[in-house]
Amino acid sequence: MTEFRSAPVPEPSADDHHGGPVDAPLVIEYVDFECPYCAALNVKLAGRRLHRVFRHFPVRTSHPRAWAAAGAAEAAGLQGRFWEMHDLLFADQGRLEDPHLWQRARTLGLDVDRFDSDRRSELVRARVGRDFKSGVRAGVVTTPTLFAGGRMYAGQIDARTLDEIGACD
Amino acid sequence: MSPIAPGEPVPEFTLRRENGEAFTRADLEGHTTVLVFYPFAFSPVCTDQLGLYEEMLDEFKSRGATLYGVSCDAHYSQRAFRDQLGVTIEQLSDFEPKGEVCRAFGVYHPGGFAQRALVIIGPEGVVTWSYQADAPSELPGANLIFDGLEAPAPPV
Repeated sequence: MTEFRSAPVPEPSADDHHGGPVDAPLVIEYVDFECPYCAALNVKLAGRRLHRVFRHFPVRTSHPRAWAAAGAAEAAGLQGRFWEMHDLLFADQGRLEDPHLWQRARTLGLDVDRFDSDRRSELVRARVGRDFKSGVRAGVVTTPTLFAGGRMYAGQIDARTLDEIGACD
Repeated sequence: MSPIAPGEPVPEFTLRRENGEAFTRADLEGHTTVLVFYPFAFSPVCTDQLGLYEEMLDEFKSRGATLYGVSCDAHYSQRAFRDQLGVTIEQLSDFEPKGEVCRAFGVYHPGGFAQRALVIIGPEGVVTWSYQADAPSELPGANLIFDGLEAPAPPV
């Protein structure tokens, strides 16, 4: 039986996906690639000086392709292109079926066969599930949810809030 | 008003199932029940509480717990809401007399709707754990239900 009782959000580790300078203010993101608010947040975060730590929080009832998209990002990550796939997924959320994922892999110059077997692998599934579970235990319900400066920010996040996060070092 | 406390037996009550049939105290007997009270069907958030709980259903089942959503909406509205969310969690309606069961469980908001609250009831019909969010806008995480399911039995 897996443990899902409350637990603090895990500190960033080497296993996480890190973006931005590590000496910038830290923001831990729990997001879903099929969530429109997450895509909007990604645009708002781009260009801000933040240390971004990415975690998956796919919820299939709202977003039937969320797990597939999460797997695609991880599979690209196994070929060193996580953030590029991350941005390509958010850039076109209306196209998340398998051929669209393969097309993105080709665009990034990935080994597409390897990408396709990796994204369906138990390793990748477990990796996405680990993030999801840590989010559940930390009380994440909706996406996007950010953790920054000891606080949790859930749902649509406006520019002023991001300014505050950027200010707390 | 605070939610019904651990150790209290559940009062007699009648909610309506989606097919209009009665759901009463007798339906709680013999298994662990989680009542998920929520303010309104069709609240405008992207991924809602019930969608997340749906994702965790196997985990709740493995702990012997059955979840129900409870609100003051009519059962037709609840059914449409459930379909829209794509969740299977059965909905129970406290529509008429409006909010009577929510009041009996101490989770009726003065605004005329259910608070966001969680009540866990043991197989004997006694509350083992309860929680009410500080505000209707605050979505209780699934972690809280797991905390509640594993909480020590209340003194009788």
